[in-house]
Amino acid sequence: MNLEEYSGVWVFIEEKNGEIAPVSLELLGAGRRLADKRDCKLSGILIGNNISHHAATVFEYGADTIYVYDQPIFNDYRTESYMKALLHCCEKYKPEIILYGATSTGKDLASAVATDLPTGLTADTTELDVEEDTGLLLASRPAFGGNIMATILCKKYRPQMATVRPKVMKALPPEIGRTGTLIREQILLNESDIRTKVLEIVTDTTKKVRIDEADIIVAGGKGLGSAEGFQLVHLLAETLGGAVGASRDVVEAGWIEHHHQVGQTGVTVTPKIYFAIGVSGAIQHLVGMRNSSLIIAINKDPEAAIFEACHYGIVGDAFEIVPLLVEQFKKSMAGEEVKHGGKV
Amino acid sequence: MLHIVACIKQVPDTKIIKMNPKTNTMDRASAPAILNPYDEHAVEEAVRIRERYGGTVSVLTMGPPPAVKAIKKCIAIGADEGYMISDRKFAGADTLATSYALTKALEKISQIKPVDLVICGKMTIDGDTGQVGPGIARRLDIPPLTSVKKVEEVNKQDGYVIVHRKIEDGHEVIQSSLPCLLSVEKEINEVPYASFPNMLKATRYDPHIWSVDDLEDVDIKQLGLKGSPTIVAKVWAPPKPEGGKVLEGNPAEKVEQLISVLLERKELFEGRGRA
Ligand SMILES: Cc1cc2nc3c(=O)[nH]c(=O)nc-3n(C[C@H](O)[C@H](O)[C@H](O)COP(=O)(O)OP(=O)(O)OC[C@H]3O[C@@H](n4cnc5c(N)ncnc54)[C@H](O)[C@@H]3O)c2cc1C
Ligand SMILES: Nc1ncnc2c1ncn2[C@@H]1O[C@H](COP(=O)(O)O)[C@@H](O)[C@H]1O
Repeated sequence: MNLEEYSGVWVFIEEKNGEIAPVSLELLGAGRRLADKRDCKLSGILIGNNISHHAATVFEYGADTIYVYDQPIFNDYRTESYMKALLHCCEKYKPEIILYGATSTGKDLASAVATDLPTGLTADTTELDVEEDTGLLLASRPAFGGNIMATILCKKYRPQMATVRPKVMKALPPEIGRTGTLIREQILLNESDIRTKVLEIVTDTTKKVRIDEADIIVAGGKGLGSAEGFQLVHLLAETLGGAVGASRDVVEAGWIEHHHQVGQTGVTVTPKIYFAIGVSGAIQHLVGMRNSSLIIAINKDPEAAIFEACHYGIVGDAFEIVPLLVEQFKKSMAGEEVKHGGKV
Repeated sequence: MLHIVACIKQVPDTKIIKMNPKTNTMDRASAPAILNPYDEHAVEEAVRIRERYGGTVSVLTMGPPPAVKAIKKCIAIGADEGYMISDRKFAGADTLATSYALTKALEKISQIKPVDLVICGKMTIDGDTGQVGPGIARRLDIPPLTSVKKVEEVNKQDGYVIVHRKIEDGHEVIQSSLPCLLSVEKEINEVPYASFPNMLKATRYDPHIWSVDDLEDVDIKQLGLKGSPTIVAKVWAPPKPEGGKVLEGNPAEKVEQLISVLLERKELFEGRGRA
C-alpha cells in the first residue's frame, strides 16, 4: 500500500428524517481542523435518496467538497448498500482519514467498511489530532471502562478511520453562502443485491426531550432510593425545562428506561447545565457527562466522587434540597418576570 | 434444525480493576475474569431461539486457556456445545485480526454442522468497540444486523429473520436473509439463574479446543499483533476534574447560592418556572 496516494479528510454525513445528524456537523468542525493542519481538503460523503440539497449545509459547516450518492436504493440506511457506495468512493478518491459519528448508523457502517477495505478503525473516539508531516491520525478514547485514556494509531493502512462520540467535538459556526464542489457519484445496485429490507421505522414519541440534544439535564442516581423518590428528578427537570438523565444503577432498578442512561454504556451528553442528584460519580458515569458546561451535584456524602467532577456541589439530602430548589426557582423566575414588566 | 453460534469473550471486570498509576496499565490480577456481560445476553437469546424453534446452540471464544471457564458459564446458561480457539499466534489481536480468527473457526464449525445464525454481544467491556461482530459478518459474507433489541421471527425454512434494531429515536424492523449475524443489546432479554441440570452439565463439560494448526487456510499474517492495523500508542490517566465549589450554609442558603448561579444563565429558562 502506497500511503502517499491517500489524501484528504472525509466526514460521513448522516442524514435522517430530512435532517443532517448534529454529530456530522460537529465532525465537519473537527475535520476542518485536521484538514487545515494537513493542508488538504475536507470532504463530506452523503448517501441517500433526495438528499443532494444538504450539500449547501455541508459547505457552510466547513467542507470543500461533497461526494453525493443520491439514488432511490439508498432511501433507508442499510449496511450493505451504504457500504458499497462508500467502498466505491474510497477506491476512486483514496482519502487519508474518514470520520463517522459513533451512532447506530455510523458504527454499523464503519465496522463493515473497515473489514472490507481492510483498515484500522478506532471506536468511540473523544479526541482527535493529526501529525502534520505524516498525516498519522491520533485517535484517543476512554478504554477499560473509562479507567484509562488511550491513543490509537493505524500506521500502515489507509484510510485511517474513527467513529467519534456525539457532542464531544464542536461544529463551526456556519458561514452562510460558503460553497464548494459537489461531485455526483453513482453505483449500479439492484434491490436483489441487498439481503436486508427495512419493513418499518418506529419512532418513539414518548421521548419528549432527547437527552443527547437537551441544554439542561437533571440526572438522578440510586441515592433517590426508589422509583417514587426518583420522581423528584422529573419534578426538577420539568421545572427547569430540562430532560431526565439517570445512572446505570437506576436503569437496572427499572426506575426509567435505558435511553435515559448517561455514561459509558449509555449516552454521552454535553448540556449547558447538568444536575447529578444522588449520583456517586462512578468513572463510567463521568465519561458520559464530564464535558457539560456547568455541572451541579447534590449528594449527601461529602466524599462522593461526583464532587470532584462538578462545578458546584451541595452536600445534603436530595429530599430536602430539591423541593427547596424547585420552590425557590419558581419564585425567582416569577420575580424576574415582574422585573421585566410582567412580560411572558 | 437451526444451528446458532454465539461468540463470547472472557474479560477482566473493568468495574473493579485496579490501575497502576505509574504505568497506566491494568493490574489484571486485581480483577476477576468474567464472561463479558453483553455476551451473556447473546447466549441467552440463542437459547431462547432454540427453545422456540428447536436446534443447537454452540458458543465460540478466542482466548487463553482459562477462558474455558467462560464457556462453562455459557453451558450453564443453556448452550449445547463450546468451541475455543487458543494459540499464542492469536495474541495481541485488534478487531480486524479477531474477526479474522473467529471467522476461520466459524468456517470449521460449519463443516461439523452448517451455521444459520451467529449472535454477538453489543460490545466487550475491555475492547469496547462493537466492531468484531460486523467484522465476522463481512468476512463470512452474511448480513450484519447490529443493535438488535428483539428477535421477532426466525424462519429457517423460508430463510429469513425479522428483528428490531435500536436506533437513536426508536427502532427499525428489519428482515434479513439467513444466515446472518446479530449483535444484540442488553435489553433484549434477562438472563435467569442457571438451572441445576445445566450447572451440573457445565462442571463436567469439556469444550473443543483448537490451535491455529487445527484451522484451515489460515493466513498467519492476518493473525494477532501482526494482523492488526491499529496499535495503542499511548495510555494516560483520564483528566482528573479539579472539583468545584462546595456551597456552604444551611440548606436554604445553599439553594439560594445555587439559584444565583442558575440565574446567570437565565436565557436557558425562558418562559420557565411559572407554576
Ligand atoms: C462496564 C460498565 C459500564 C457501565 N456503564 C455505566 C453507564 O453508562 N452509566 C452509569 O451511570 N453507570 C455505568 N456503570 C455503573 C457504574 O460503575 C456505577 O455503578 C453507577 O454509575 C452508580 O450509580 P449511582 O451513582 O446511581 O449509584 P450509587 O453508586 O449507589 O450512588 C448513590 C449515591 O447517592 C447518594 N445518596 C444516597 N441517598 C441520598 C440522598 N437522600 N440525597 C442525596 N444523595 C444521596 C450516595 O451518597 C451515593 O453517592 C457501568 C459499570 C460497568 C462495569
Ligand atoms: N475474543 C473473542 N472471542 C469470541 N467473541 C468475541 C471476541 N471478541 C469479541 N467477540 C464478540 O464480538 C462482540 C463485540 O466485541 P468488541 O468488538 O470487542 O466490542 C462481543 O460481544 C463478542 O460477541
